[in-house]
Amino acid sequence: MAETFFHEDEILGKAYDARLIRRLWGYIRPYHLLFFGALGLALMTVGADLIGPFLTQLAIDRYIAPVKTSLPPEARANGVFGMALLYLLALSLGFCLRYLQNFMLNVLGQKVMYDLRSAMFERLQGLSLAFFDHNPVGRLMTRITNDVDALNDFFTSGAVSLIGDTFTMLGVLIILLVESWQLALVVFVVIPPLLIVTAFFQRAMRDNFRAIRVRLARINANIAENISGTQVVQLFNRERRNFAHFDGLNRDYRTQSLRSLFYFALFSPVVNLFAAVATALIVRVGGGAVLSPAHVLSIGALVAFLQYVERFFLPVRDLAEKYTILQAAMASSERIFRVLDEPVTVDDKPQPEPLGAVRGDVEFRDVWFAYNPGEWVLKGISFHIRPGESVAFVGATGAGKTSLISLISRFYDVQRGEVLVDGKNVKDLAQAELRAHVGAVLQDPFIFSGTIASNIRLHESGISDARVREAARFVNAQSFIERLPNGYDEEVRERGAGLSVGQKQLLAFARAIAFNPEILLILDEATSSVDTETEALIQDALEKLMRGRTSIIIAHRLSTIRNVDRIIVLHKGRIVEEGTHEALLERNGYYKRLYELQYAESLSKGA
Amino acid sequence: MLRHAGVLLAGLVLIVIANLIALLPAYVLRLAIDAIQAQVSLGTLTRFALLIVTITLVAGVFQFSARYTLNSVSRHVEYEMRNDVFKHFQLLDLEYFQQRKLGDLVARATNDLSAVRQMLGPGVSNLANTVVAVSVTAIAMWRIDHQLTLYTLTVMPLITALFIIVGRGIRRRYRNVQDQFGEVSARAQENFSGIRVVKAYAQERHELAAFNRINQQYVEYSISYARLNSLLWPSMYFVSGLAVAILLWRGGIDVIAGRIQLGQLVQFNAYLAALSWPMIALGWTVNLFQQGSASLSRIQEVRQAQPAIADSSQTRPNAAPTRGEVELRDVSLAYGETLALRDINLHVPAGSSLGIVGPTGAGKSSLVNLLARVYDVTAGQVLIDGVDVRQIPLAELRRKIGYVPQETFLFSVSVEENVGFGVERLSDDEVARALRISQLGNDVAEFPQGVKTMVGERGVTLSGGQKQRSGIARAVAKDPLILVLDDALSSVDTHTEATILRELRQFMRGRSSILIAHRISTVKDLDQIIVLDDGRIVERGTHPELLALGGLYAAMYRRQLLGEELEGDDEDNVAGGDGANGASSGVRAMDGADDAAIQRNMLREE
Repeated sequence: MAETFFHEDEILGKAYDARLIRRLWGYIRPYHLLFFGALGLALMTVGADLIGPFLTQLAIDRYIAPVKTSLPPEARANGVFGMALLYLLALSLGFCLRYLQNFMLNVLGQKVMYDLRSAMFERLQGLSLAFFDHNPVGRLMTRITNDVDALNDFFTSGAVSLIGDTFTMLGVLIILLVESWQLALVVFVVIPPLLIVTAFFQRAMRDNFRAIRVRLARINANIAENISGTQVVQLFNRERRNFAHFDGLNRDYRTQSLRSLFYFALFSPVVNLFAAVATALIVRVGGGAVLSPAHVLSIGALVAFLQYVERFFLPVRDLAEKYTILQAAMASSERIFRVLDEPVTVDDKPQPEPLGAVRGDVEFRDVWFAYNPGEWVLKGISFHIRPGESVAFVGATGAGKTSLISLISRFYDVQRGEVLVDGKNVKDLAQAELRAHVGAVLQDPFIFSGTIASNIRLHESGISDARVREAARFVNAQSFIERLPNGYDEEVRERGAGLSVGQKQLLAFARAIAFNPEILLILDEATSSVDTETEALIQDALEKLMRGRTSIIIAHRLSTIRNVDRIIVLHKGRIVEEGTHEALLERNGYYKRLYELQYAESLSKGA
Repeated sequence: MLRHAGVLLAGLVLIVIANLIALLPAYVLRLAIDAIQAQVSLGTLTRFALLIVTITLVAGVFQFSARYTLNSVSRHVEYEMRNDVFKHFQLLDLEYFQQRKLGDLVARATNDLSAVRQMLGPGVSNLANTVVAVSVTAIAMWRIDHQLTLYTLTVMPLITALFIIVGRGIRRRYRNVQDQFGEVSARAQENFSGIRVVKAYAQERHELAAFNRINQQYVEYSISYARLNSLLWPSMYFVSGLAVAILLWRGGIDVIAGRIQLGQLVQFNAYLAALSWPMIALGWTVNLFQQGSASLSRIQEVRQAQPAIADSSQTRPNAAPTRGEVELRDVSLAYGETLALRDINLHVPAGSSLGIVGPTGAGKSSLVNLLARVYDVTAGQVLIDGVDVRQIPLAELRRKIGYVPQETFLFSVSVEENVGFGVERLSDDEVARALRISQLGNDVAEFPQGVKTMVGERGVTLSGGQKQRSGIARAVAKDPLILVLDDALSSVDTHTEATILRELRQFMRGRSSILIAHRISTVKDLDQIIVLDDGRIVERGTHPELLALGGLYAAMYRRQLLGEELEGDDEDNVAGGDGANGASSGVRAMDGADDAAIQRNMLREE
């Protein structure tokens, strides 16, 4: 119970996880020049930034308020002007360095994002259909878009700026030590309590961050559930009570959210207080040093000290925000790596057997197959289909027909037995080569966004325009395509919106023909919404498709089933009968009854 | 929002106070520097030091209060708006949700609300703080020295200018990035949805190449955006530094000329330093406002959606069905362009039963959906006890109808709560009765915590048959006047179905009932049976009458007898997963159920 409650999307993440960082580093390494370049620039930016107070110190001690000076006021004014110019120079340098560093980090981030998206996409292409059966598209989308973007924040405003901040703070400390180690040590007194307080806040904020994430996830789930179940809620007059429940969750979230506000609002004044203590120490101890007869410290150095301390505390203030970015990035990268680590269950052998010229011989030898362990869908199937033969599989819903033909393309691997194409076990072949010879017309004629032509040839540039047209003509798709305003170049929207079901089916046929496979698998689903004219075209096309090649079909049309060379009848994962349509009808067995049940209607309609 | 005005005002006052107090440490610093130059005693310095800490402490109290007060408003507004959106969702009709993506709607109630909170919280509080800090500090600087103030503050408009000049380019490039991001998403989504075709045609490598082209374009747009956007942050640093440089120059000369004291210069410098952060944060704040207002309009879109089905001026407050007589007069129903029902006339006397059969897509569910006003008729009238359903208060109407939908949606609460979903309170006896009628009692007894067992991901996963039976129990527990079963026994095995029907017959005495079924066995004993085809009633009568007619009904009956023979007694598919998907397992033409179920699942996710 407890395990299922925490969904993958609820992975909360630590702000720093050495294992994840190491893996991320693997993606940064190809661009290490950019990375180290940005890091170097960050270091230089810190240098340029920290020159400022030193120039102020020089300006004050030499020109503005020298203890004793021989310079005339004119020369002093010029000196101040010179210092201000130097200050401006340092600023400009800082500006350029900061810009370059920012830009390089963005480029680095984008390059890594590109690689991660690409790697994920590639991995997903290699995963078997079983993976897609279990993972909804929406979740995969989140991985490849939102999670990758969360990592981008990590690059642009998280990691390196954190390193930059650290450099700044270290730089300030070093400069203070050099300027006056005695005074520096006095100021350092505030650092240990600052660390302790920051650690306390960090822990409180982390716990609070997690509490908020969990509560948001609950609110998300509750809203989704209530929207999905709107009809039930309304029909059962449940609005008020479901609202009361939701209000509870919402309230709970607000409590946590206000707590987080409490920490955020408190953190900055507390840091200010530490800064004030440091300032006070400088005024008292540093002032004392200036006043001391030996003039241990100049007034300019005192002012510089004050400015350095100001810079030291600046990065501390947005530490909390950076921390949140890190945490979110770690959680996202964990989810991304989970996809990348998904084992490829249906994989090519290191040295796959070449298929060579394909004759079109298909054989099953005692095949056992289950999607889930123990729930056998196919139980000991054996048959042999000779080159050029057309075979129809029939059987009631759940008999295992779809599974059976999925195995020929090796969408799944069998648990027991062998699937052979031209006498070679499909597990020994390269999947790409196998599928180049085994075509499939699927149940749902999936249409990609693009043009009519691109839907027929997909990405195969080897399929010429002429062949596309020929294929379309062959399956009777020509006439409707030519009626479209732009013919073959007509834009098709996502999922083929704008095309009728029948038209989509014809396109899918054309696609199969264009690829000219030696073995063709056809899943021909009953579609109620095809008009009679298109229906006739589809029937005719189906017959032509099957001509001259090994065809294996799951048919719902009587005409198709009567025309095949052989019918294999499946029942509950086993072959129960086999033969031609006439022979099977004569036998008066399972097929006869199935036929009467499922085809009686189309028979009566005279199909 | 209005009710928070007082709190907001208080927050603003606190911000002003906090910023005023925050001016003091710099003043003390000036005094200290001047004092040091005047060679005062150490004791004076100690007093100054203590003063700085004390003032910061007091300022901190106000800063904290101001921030907390101002920001807390945003959290309360977020809470209230989220509740409002939720409530509004509850009002909207089924059609609204069918036309939209679940993920998008949820995002509006969560992500978009967060953006609004960011705008109202840090956004408003930063903006207020920047405005107050700049004004207060500018006044303080003015009081020290007019000329220096003018010199240093002249650079501030540079920031505004930069925002205007670069801003347009940034926005344009950002839009490119966003659009291309949409392309990346669309491409990935299409590939994942069509993975079967991709694999069947061995297009994986090509798909990857195509994806990478879009991916690459996205990277290029992003980099082009970064080229400009990376300017903003460093520019802020530069401008605030520029003010300091000018101060060093002009102020330094002023000190040399004796127009001001060194302490005043240091004080001035401290003010500029204090301003740099609010100025730098301004860019971020602008961003928050842009995102927040975009999100706000997305939320408003939801809040302004009018429910198509609601009580209206026609509604008679006192109309309440008491007998359960149902009548449909010349009813037509259209979804957009397609007609689902045409010219339906039907009368179900109070206390009688009606069976509806017909092929998939004939309009059976549409017909029963009209009773509880899941949809409203396009033409004609639906009357209950002689009153048009549109005149009966919606809550009252629905209270009287017990509806068991085709696909049972259960909430992730306990079995008991799911059964008592439609009533305020349910006694143990009533739960037991509902479980008995729906034949769910034995199943529940085997659950780890009995009726207290949670349903769904956090508890037991129910089979299709168990879900359907829970749906029946839920409707029965409502003690309805009219009971509607929409093909609600399809995943239940024939034996259990017979038992449930027997129990229901008892229960339905004195109530009207309408049963949609694919199995003739479900409806054959009912008072009246209609056959729907393509939105029309094509046959009507009792079981024997319809058999005698020798039409569609008779043919269905024959086929089913045959089918039962064929399937033997293995019909109960309760054991295997989501039985609701095999809703019409008995008569559906051959198809790959496993395949279809998977594809449906994929669709559902989008």
